[in-house]
Amino acid sequence: MKLTGAEIFVECLKREGVKTLFALPGGVVLKIFDVLHQQKDIDVILTRHEQGAGHMAEGYAKATGKPGVALVTSGPGMSNIVTALVDASMDSVPLVCFSGQVSTNLIGNDAFQEADNIGLSRPCTKYNFLVKDVNDLAVTIKEAFYIAMTGRPGPVLVDIPKDVSMNKADFKYPGSVAIRGYNPTYDGNKWQIKQAAEAIVKAKKPILYVGGGVIFSGASEELLELAELAQIPVDMTLMALGAFPGEHPLSMGMMGMHGTYWANMAVHYSDLVIAVGARFDDRVTGKVSEFCPHAKVIHIDIDPTSIRKNVNVDIPIVGDCKRVLRELNQILRATANGEQKELRKPWWDQIHEWKRAHPLTYEQDPQGPIKPQHLIKRLYELTRDRDPIVSTDVGQHQMWAAQYFTLAKPRRWLTSGGLGTMGFGFPAAMGAQAAFPDRLVLCIAGDGSVQMNMQELATAVVNKLPVKVFIVNNQYHGMVRQWQDLFYEGRYASSYLDVVPDFVKLAEAYGAVGLRASKVSEIDDVIREALAVDKPVIADVPVDKYENCYPMIPAGGCNHEMILADPPELKKKQAAGAQVVGEDKDTVLTA
Amino acid sequence: MEHIISVTAENKFGVLSRVAGLFSGRGFNIESLSVAPSVDPSTSMMTIVTSGDDRIIEQIVKQLNKLIDVIKVVDLNESEFVERETALIKVHTKPEDRAEALRIADIFRANVVDSTSMTYTIEITGGIKKIEAIINLLQPLGIKELIRTGRIAIAREPIRPAVAQPKRVAKE
Ligand SMILES: Cc1cc2nc3c(=O)[nH]c(=O)nc-3n(C[C@H](O)[C@H](O)[C@H](O)COP(=O)(O)OP(=O)(O)OC[C@H]3O[C@@H](n4cnc5c(N)ncnc54)[C@H](O)[C@@H]3O)c2cc1C
Ligand SMILES: Cc1ncc(C[n+]2csc(CCOP(=O)(O)OP(=O)(O)O)c2C)c(N)n1
Ligand SMILES: [Mg+2]
Repeated sequence: MKLTGAEIFVECLKREGVKTLFALPGGVVLKIFDVLHQQKDIDVILTRHEQGAGHMAEGYAKATGKPGVALVTSGPGMSNIVTALVDASMDSVPLVCFSGQVSTNLIGNDAFQEADNIGLSRPCTKYNFLVKDVNDLAVTIKEAFYIAMTGRPGPVLVDIPKDVSMNKADFKYPGSVAIRGYNPTYDGNKWQIKQAAEAIVKAKKPILYVGGGVIFSGASEELLELAELAQIPVDMTLMALGAFPGEHPLSMGMMGMHGTYWANMAVHYSDLVIAVGARFDDRVTGKVSEFCPHAKVIHIDIDPTSIRKNVNVDIPIVGDCKRVLRELNQILRATANGEQKELRKPWWDQIHEWKRAHPLTYEQDPQGPIKPQHLIKRLYELTRDRDPIVSTDVGQHQMWAAQYFTLAKPRRWLTSGGLGTMGFGFPAAMGAQAAFPDRLVLCIAGDGSVQMNMQELATAVVNKLPVKVFIVNNQYHGMVRQWQDLFYEGRYASSYLDVVPDFVKLAEAYGAVGLRASKVSEIDDVIREALAVDKPVIADVPVDKYENCYPMIPAGGCNHEMILADPPELKKKQAAGAQVVGEDKDTVLTA
Repeated sequence: MEHIISVTAENKFGVLSRVAGLFSGRGFNIESLSVAPSVDPSTSMMTIVTSGDDRIIEQIVKQLNKLIDVIKVVDLNESEFVERETALIKVHTKPEDRAEALRIADIFRANVVDSTSMTYTIEITGGIKKIEAIINLLQPLGIKELIRTGRIAIAREPIRPAVAQPKRVAKE
């Protein structure tokens, strides 16, 4: 029996096990929506903006490990989702995005709502396809899912012209895929792994530098075994949070620009850096030429281009983290012995000293303004037993969340690292909630960021996605303001946001629940109240607007040269209230 | 340092833009790029002339390999190779210089492939030095138009000894 392209599309998605599709219709994809409307297996979540659909698909993918799937129309539908594709590309998130295209006979004619979707998405996808013939549709969709999910994951775009969705073809879903130019390497080179094991056993000051690859590969157990076997401290990147239990004695927390003092000191003074599924981003290395200057480097990564891209590597191992760590552990089980603990005692003593010297700190005056760190700490303490999924936006609040919201397990942390996309957090949380309707999903948002995809509040309400959004409301693009404090003599150019809008009223206008904690003493109640309702909640928490995030390694600085607190002159200025350079007025909302 | 990279890729829509986009997006140099179908018409062969230090060349090779439509990448500098380029040179010259143009073409064993009362079009194939040399000589006579294919290159087949080496026999 012949099926239309639209029917084939839906059949293929079912075969791929797609349960949720984040979508927004338009002329050229109406046929597909019409078929979707007449079936029940795939839940279609209508978003209010295509960027929202893209980030929801990302949140879904990060939380589940399955591909996130989105469907948008041609032209503006496509261009609106580009940010999410770039984001997914940078953070290796498996997405399959379907875009509508004008009919094949019109392509290239500047037809109505035509855009060069292939050209637009080429630099921000792992691969993209234009389907010119309905007979190719099924194979293409199969290949798209395969490419998105294998090797280093990433977004794939399938562009479907209108006539392809209307035309008919025999439907046969291919059982397997063979692409001759695409053969990811999963097993590491055995000889190299042996070299790595020898280096690990001998090292006096080893450190694990763990990245997002451990999460993609599901290698947390193997990582834990490795760290424990050889007594190695574990530094995590922003993208790896949750890959290793944050409260484990071997955990060093986050490394990098806003990482912990001890995590950065350890990597700087280490004699062996074992990078696992991490890509030596400049937020982590700081000044590349001074990154881990005393260390030999082992780098395990599935993508050969990640290796030796930014820093020299002594023992490169191309392969999947899980498989490579398994092999490595097997060798270490035989060779690592009690001696490592003894050998590394001075190293651990040093690390403990660093930890004691400069712990993460803030001072919360019970009567004073709410400190953002305190809010996040309370949020963590009051929700940890529910094993929540946590998303963030981008800025100071994101870094505080990374520092204070300790995670025990992988796939609990949804954040935009590589692109740093403001507006990511709220839709990402909704995507995760769509995947796990019964789990607690929190979004730690910035007052600036959250406004970039605020429209999705309608999607949350209509689709009953009860995410709990906590807005760390410092009335500023806080991260920008912090740089202006430190590097632009406190001139707050375009970083002041004022107290607009009233987020509580806004939530109510959308039919969600709006809450506000204005005093320290109200925080716990507001958190409890938010958790108690079965609706989307926007909790607005005005915080100390001048709080800065430390430690901080200035861009291009060395990892052992961190700024640990506001410089004294800045402190003085703030105390005198002399900071009101860009602020017009200073209103505070009360509930 | 200059490297010549040979790429075997799927012969289909969009592949060239993926390769070109990779170079422009990552700020790699392309000195020349030539592409045409291979013996197997489903694949095409590209010769890319680029430059960079060892780290950059390593990245270029890896990034090319990472492209899904790319089947094989060889950095020809790692072995012996033969390179050739063809140029078509239209010389527009005064009557008294026409003989000189022909003489130069002759010295380089170039062919005249078109001629009018005012012009000769000269075809030359060879290594880059040869091409540049003839251009330099023809320049004073007046080059009206010049078009070059960009370099193509192929690895030399390693020379195998005709008879088994005594050493190997001794080992066995
Ligand atoms: C405001 C802001 C501040 C930031 N500050 C910091 C900071 O202080 N510290 C910090 O760490 N980051 C920070 N970041 C994030 C930073 O920009 C990078 O996104 C992050 O460091 C990259 O993490 P990663 O190395 O784990 O790489 P990812 O982007 O997670 O890449 C994963 C790597 O693993 C590989 N891989 C994928 N799958 C597998 C597999 N199956 N097996 C093996 N390997 C695999 C990939 O090829 C890739 O190389 C900040 C971002 C923002 C927006
Ligand atoms: C889409 C986008 N535009 C601009 C930026 C640059 N930027 C980084 S952090 C930031 C401020 C974020 O403000 P807010 O969400 O309130 O977070 P805060 O730092 O105050 O916690 C800006 C503008 C960005 N990351 N993303
Ligand atoms: Mg803010």
